[in-house]
Amino acid sequence: MSGWQQHLIIAPIVIPLVAGALLLFFDERDRVLKAMISVVSCLALAAIAISLFRLANNGPDSFEGVYLLGNWPAPFGIVLVVDRLSALMLVLASILAIPALVFALARWHAAGAHFHSLFQFLLMGLNGAFLTGDLFNLFVFFEVMLAASYGLLMHGSGSMRVKAGMHYIAVNLAAALCFLIGVSAIYGSAGTLNMADLAVRIGEIEGERRMLLEAGAGILGIVFLIKAGMWPLNFWLPGAYSAATAPVAGIFAIMSKVGIYVILRLSLLVFGQGDSAGLGLNVLLYGGMATIAFGTIGVLASQALGRLASYSVLVSSGTLLAVLGFSNGQVTAGALFYMVSSTLTIAAFFMLIELVERGQDAGASVLAVTMEAYGDADEEDEEVEVGVTMPGTIAVLGICFAACGILLSGLPPLSGFVAKFAMLSGMIGTGANSEAPIAASAWWIVGLLILSGLAALISMTRAGIRTFWASMEGTVPRVLVMEMAPVMLLIALTLALTIKAGPAMGYMEETIRNLQQPAVYIDAVINARRAGVAEPSGPDGGGGI
Amino acid sequence: MELVLSIGIGIMTGSGVWLILRPRTYQVIIGLSLLSYAVNLFIFAVGGVKSNAAPLLEEGVDISTMTDPVPHALVLTAIVIGFATTALFLVVLLAARGLTGTDHVDGREQPK
Repeated sequence: MSGWQQHLIIAPIVIPLVAGALLLFFDERDRVLKAMISVVSCLALAAIAISLFRLANNGPDSFEGVYLLGNWPAPFGIVLVVDRLSALMLVLASILAIPALVFALARWHAAGAHFHSLFQFLLMGLNGAFLTGDLFNLFVFFEVMLAASYGLLMHGSGSMRVKAGMHYIAVNLAAALCFLIGVSAIYGSAGTLNMADLAVRIGEIEGERRMLLEAGAGILGIVFLIKAGMWPLNFWLPGAYSAATAPVAGIFAIMSKVGIYVILRLSLLVFGQGDSAGLGLNVLLYGGMATIAFGTIGVLASQALGRLASYSVLVSSGTLLAVLGFSNGQVTAGALFYMVSSTLTIAAFFMLIELVERGQDAGASVLAVTMEAYGDADEEDEEVEVGVTMPGTIAVLGICFAACGILLSGLPPLSGFVAKFAMLSGMIGTGANSEAPIAASAWWIVGLLILSGLAALISMTRAGIRTFWASMEGTVPRVLVMEMAPVMLLIALTLALTIKAGPAMGYMEETIRNLQQPAVYIDAVINARRAGVAEPSGPDGGGGI
Repeated sequence: MELVLSIGIGIMTGSGVWLILRPRTYQVIIGLSLLSYAVNLFIFAVGGVKSNAAPLLEEGVDISTMTDPVPHALVLTAIVIGFATTALFLVVLLAARGLTGTDHVDGREQPK
């Protein structure tokens, strides 16, 4: 990777920043122009993310995906790093942004001011968080992402959204303060905030300083667990996600994965080896299992579809956390595949829900489940409906709903099944270490995974029957092709992921193999070549001062 | 110096935590502000507390007589971001007050 290609690394941050700022100059009434700028920016992001993905994938193990901001040498300046994991996350975020944006263009973007700017800034924060190689910079991008998400969550206004938004902001502001405490404790003990440099120095830290470092890392971990939605730090999530408008909830599906990404990155890079190895893995394992259980109960208990989807986010996060805590390369590769599949599914599901519920009034779904529990009160004479054809819209919505159900519960033939199979086979099947006995925790995770799939299937079936077969109103929601297409695109992507499961799993395994060799990453960052400097100068070469 | 600083951080953190657990939105925002002051002081403190020490590097100056400039840069960023998000929260708080007619965090008064 050289020359202009090197500058591709910063493009995922610069493009949405420029686009978002540019959008502020135009009046809200110029909707077409604003939409055009936003779409062009998202398409450019997707193209760049895919080219970075190809570079990261084809590159040799000693990749040069390091970008020195301001051309300062690595431990002193801020670095951006592209490796297989961050390239994967970039692609996922930019691929998710396009359907969410197109969906919003149909009507939601006109529901309030500055939707497009906030959307671009959210993308900037996401991309920055995936790219940065510096803890404090990570904080800044987290805040950019969160500030945009506060605005997006309350887009469309209404007392429900403002109330949910207020809780969401309060929780996240408190989390941001914990982030600062964690970062400064790490800086106080290790004297660096660069992740690669931290990974080098952590071996030399002894005694009380190590305790301070581990405490700082623990506080930092809490922040990411709040973001990822681990029980008991997740009570804000169902309220916030189900109150958000559909396209916003769709893009929020990846926001809970940012926490997972950082945990995966730091636990393997900094706490992968040495005296502090495996710090907090038990918390991830048991916390993740508790989250799956909590999410499963929530999925079963949800009466409204929005809450069902929100609890599915929790199940997905819990699965990922538990599997990361299990800390087995083969299983973690399956978890990455699961992350991609479940993010796409949940985004599609959030958008689909809005279309399905459009024809119904708000209380109808609550009433429906209550009636199911207590028996139908009014058994009126049903009209004879023999030969009544199902409207085309309902049929398409129904097929998408069924596909989401299959994906969420992990049934064959779609990618949800492949993902769960990959994780399960790594834990108890052929991928497991055949000599060592299978750990009890593996059986627990297997049991919880299967139960959560069953719960998703039950809830989805119940909701689907009520919505499509026994609809109380019998009204057909008015749905535009522009709103249906994004949902179908996301489901088509999971289909593509199913068909290309072999190469995709290969990529995930390669990613995990990279992460398990932090030396390559560290070497690439510390010895990153500065532009216009012939030889990389040593750390005491006084470069740049 | 260290003692005063740590007591100050401790008192502000304690008050802040107590306030963010209160049911009124105004108490929550004051609690968050107090917490952010405490955190800003904490960031200062991790660099090592030194008075009358310059953060500037010069030739032939003993490095131990200087203060670490990085926490200063960090705290500046933290103040700016904290200020912006607190202002944002204030707007949301007012919007919630307008929409629900109460300043309770849940948007409705608890039944007595």
